[in-house]
Amino acid sequence: MGFRTPLARARGLGSAREGAGHWWAQRLTAIALVPLCVWFVAGILGLIGAGHGAALAWIASPLNAVLLVLLLLAVFHHGQLGLQVVIEDYVHTEWCKIALIVAVKFASLVLGLAAVFAVARIALAG
Amino acid sequence: MTTRDRPLSPHLQIYRWQWTMALSIMHRMTGVALVGGTLLLVWWLIAAAMGPLAYAQIEAAMAHWLGRLVLFGWTFALFYHLANGIRHLFWDAGWGYELRTGYATAWLVAVVSVGLTLLAWAIGYGIIGG
Repeated sequence: MGFRTPLARARGLGSAREGAGHWWAQRLTAIALVPLCVWFVAGILGLIGAGHGAALAWIASPLNAVLLVLLLLAVFHHGQLGLQVVIEDYVHTEWCKIALIVAVKFASLVLGLAAVFAVARIALAG
Repeated sequence: MTTRDRPLSPHLQIYRWQWTMALSIMHRMTGVALVGGTLLLVWWLIAAAMGPLAYAQIEAAMAHWLGRLVLFGWTFALFYHLANGIRHLFWDAGWGYELRTGYATAWLVAVVSVGLTLLAWAIGYGIIGG
């Protein structure tokens, strides 16, 4: 450890000590969301005013259920990564910034899990 | 550490407002709005899982003019962020930095996002009417 220069530590991880992980995850989820969003809008357009039964049937179909879960995972991961950057850019009080980022990450996890659970419940209800 | 009179980047209000700047901040604003939009998505899925009564509630809320306005904004935010997001991905791949290309893709994003929003709503109203 003592023999490592500051350059070696900076290389790869940068000042935020997280490397390119955040950037890369944001791009991966963005690429996944391109087809998923188009699919979702096309699917939901067919459900306008169609009622509860039609919505259940659509969500419960295995392909739709799997794609919905993928969409939810990608959306909430991408969303919390994006909000984190916005908070880091505009909130400069350290404790406030940390508190907001933690709140965003927790809320994303809770909302994402609740939505995935709803999809699973509908899909597995039979 | 000593502070020197280093050159500073000019303040935002000195810049002449440009079309591409508007697109850039719009990307961030639509992104934040879309996070808010996920609440609707979660509400919709949970309502569907809860039963016909809860589902009828969200259907009624979305049929209200205020609900439709929110949905319309959501549709536009989604298509805008999607189109401009693809523009960002091309930048990440190292393509599209020339001034002319930058302006051309900016116009493309505007036309595509407005076009897709109107198309989606035309389809939506067609289904309601039919």
